[in-house]
Amino acid sequence: MNEDLIVHGAEWTIKELFVYPNEFIYWSIQIVMYPYMTGLVAGAFVLSSLYHVFGQKDLKEIAQFSLVFSLALLPVAALPLLLHLQQPLRAMEPLLTPHFTSAIAAFGMVFTVYGLIVVSEIWFVYRVYFVHQCEALKGAPGFWNAQRRIVYRILTLGAKDVSDDAVRVDHKAAKILAGVGIPVACFLHGYAGFIFGSVKANALWMSPLMPVIFIMSAVVSGIALCMLTYIVIMEYQAFRLRRKGGAMEAGETKGAEIDIISKATRYLLGFLVAAISLELLDLIFRGYTAMKSWDILRSVMYGKDFVNIFVLQYTLGNLVPFVLLLLPGRTIKRTVLALLLVLFGVFMMRWNVVIGGQAFSLSFSGYMHYHIPIIPHSLETFKEGLFGAVTVIATPFLLFWFINKFVPSLRRNIGET
Amino acid sequence: MSCSRRDFLKESVGAAFVSSLPLSAFVVLTTEEAIAAVAESTVRWGYLVDTTKCTGCGMCVKACKNENEIPYDAPVTRTWVERYVVTKDGQTHVDSPNGGRDGFTSGNIREEEIDPDTIDKAFFVPKLCNQCENPACVQVCPVGATYQTEDGVVLVDRDWCIGCGYCIMACPYGVRFFHPDHKVADKCNFCYHRITKGMMPACVESCAFGARRLANLRDPDDPVTRIIKTERVAVLKDEYGTKPHVFYLGLDNNVR
Amino acid sequence: MKRHVLHPLWVAIGVVGLILFARLLLVPDDFGVHGESFTYSYYRLGNIEEWKNFPVKYQGTDTCLECHEDNAKTHRRSPHKRVQCENCHGPAGNHPDDVEYLPLNKERAMCLRCHADLGYPESTARSYLPAIVDRHHKRRRECVSCHDPHDPREDAE
Repeated sequence: MNEDLIVHGAEWTIKELFVYPNEFIYWSIQIVMYPYMTGLVAGAFVLSSLYHVFGQKDLKEIAQFSLVFSLALLPVAALPLLLHLQQPLRAMEPLLTPHFTSAIAAFGMVFTVYGLIVVSEIWFVYRVYFVHQCEALKGAPGFWNAQRRIVYRILTLGAKDVSDDAVRVDHKAAKILAGVGIPVACFLHGYAGFIFGSVKANALWMSPLMPVIFIMSAVVSGIALCMLTYIVIMEYQAFRLRRKGGAMEAGETKGAEIDIISKATRYLLGFLVAAISLELLDLIFRGYTAMKSWDILRSVMYGKDFVNIFVLQYTLGNLVPFVLLLLPGRTIKRTVLALLLVLFGVFMMRWNVVIGGQAFSLSFSGYMHYHIPIIPHSLETFKEGLFGAVTVIATPFLLFWFINKFVPSLRRNIGET
Repeated sequence: MSCSRRDFLKESVGAAFVSSLPLSAFVVLTTEEAIAAVAESTVRWGYLVDTTKCTGCGMCVKACKNENEIPYDAPVTRTWVERYVVTKDGQTHVDSPNGGRDGFTSGNIREEEIDPDTIDKAFFVPKLCNQCENPACVQVCPVGATYQTEDGVVLVDRDWCIGCGYCIMACPYGVRFFHPDHKVADKCNFCYHRITKGMMPACVESCAFGARRLANLRDPDDPVTRIIKTERVAVLKDEYGTKPHVFYLGLDNNVR
Repeated sequence: MKRHVLHPLWVAIGVVGLILFARLLLVPDDFGVHGESFTYSYYRLGNIEEWKNFPVKYQGTDTCLECHEDNAKTHRRSPHKRVQCENCHGPAGNHPDDVEYLPLNKERAMCLRCHADLGYPESTARSYLPAIVDRHHKRRRECVSCHDPHDPREDAE
């Protein structure tokens, strides 16, 4: 055997019974990460829009945070695709020669449009802050302050008008952008579902419900991640202030507010119910109509993937957090646990769709098992292994930390004028 | 009011963006042009597999790998031969070790010994790209790196493929794979470099039993086309609506 | 009249312009719809020529006959006549220009591809070929040490 003979997929695919020779698990962990990350982006944006568009005042604080967080998540939605491509240097081609009959061709465009919308909205929300920073840093001593001022000057895009009129226009523009952003966010993720739902060759994926299921679970995971990150950051800030024993000003040290959390939870539960209902409908329909593929699908769902689907996804990822969130006397700790489980549940859903869809052969007479590469020994096993996935998960937090240096989304009363 | 109109302008960025991009994508042919384009091509390649003649020697797979520079030891192949053994208990045993590259020299299927006395029927089925009329793989390519030529063969542009794998997922027949060296999607193209020179595909040439034959479906005098037109032929998985152009004689309902 | 609202729009137009410019530079001229439909015929035209120029390896029996007349004579009379030269001798490629001798595969496994007895019923095409049971017939010896592959009815020289 040739040493450097790398057949994509052969590394982590184990075949059982009869599988066509060319069949491997070509779409591995990064394609699980991709809808998961776009889902988080879409969900975070929808959460922020609930405040900006529908005037859910109770969500104001978390809305500001989730808007900036969705910006941090945005580049990471494209990262898994980049890591997955066999020719990453050609990644721009879907923008150059888009073949619109392919669901993937839309990605570059929807992604760019969506990115522009998010950035513009943030600009309108934070413009006044940028201008104030410019003023405040004027003549401030130190090299870094000078650099910061340059960044802020660029960020203002030359618009320094902070009159009441101008600010009113800002608010209006942000509101309209948030409104336009919702359908675009749903489209961005709905079509991720379409990518799978439209593959007629795959018996598990092909379903018109797929895009809707993806949107619902996307919003669930997005809200959950925003709530979780918000809680963690607020609690951490409060903890740090308490240790310092500094000024105990109200509003600075009280950590995450259970009120905000309760309200966000309501939306979370609503979308969760919708997601589960649709998924169960899909499952029941497949069993009832029992098409040619049902024999193999059943053996995968109720046999080989039973633990992944029914124990980890439905029970641990959906049912348990559902109960945890509904039981009276909710505490922050219990909410955190429930949110973690929700995030895990949505991840398992993506896993069971992407990997589960490749767990059986197109011949319907054999199975493929996925063994995720843990210790990387080549670029490929890094990119499409555990470490690649962890990189993808860690990146948005690093980005958020960086963006937050210039766009402080966690300080209360920012953007309030 | 004027402000909100500007806002609206801002929103239409998206629309402007989408509409300005692939102008060439929307070239629409007039009916005459389309008919002319179709009429110009006097060739539509098809293929006939006679499963009753295949002995499972695997010479076609070997020849294909050599001819098309598919690494010989890689577990991927543009064509392969499947063996079906149906036993008296109603079970169907299928295998294709190494894609049939080394032929079938043992009666064992995946180490399992099958007693010849229990066998009702056994046969070999060569598989290759079906060069579909409606290729699902082409439809889903996001960048136009795979396409159907005027003579009906689906090709992959190795300099333009981004390696996303969507075409591999979309093919119901599992004929596509990533080329181990070129890192792009790859598949059978009826040996396009040979058939356009008047030669036969390597698999057809290497088949000693006449189980694999190429046809020009637009030529009514082509002997293979005559067989396809006059005899009872079948295609694989027609439920996907892809309209395959590889036809099979003696196809059994056990064939997947 | 707050013109600053338009500032992000200029940025957006800049981004779009940049992509369009990149498109102009990077997309090959012959990329487009060449055929009936955007769905199936959107591609780079030059690629067809590239595939047509792919090197041929299996030259076919007629090419072999140009030089190897004597071997071919025996072969053409024998039951093996429909087996292509290059099936056993390997693809000719540019032989004899680049490779003087083609690697000949004389392995037992080569012959067993057709002549291993699998015990299949008569409806199987394989059952019409003369066959041996691998583990009973002259184990591990090369078939060609007894049988002439060009005409298997003759003993090997």
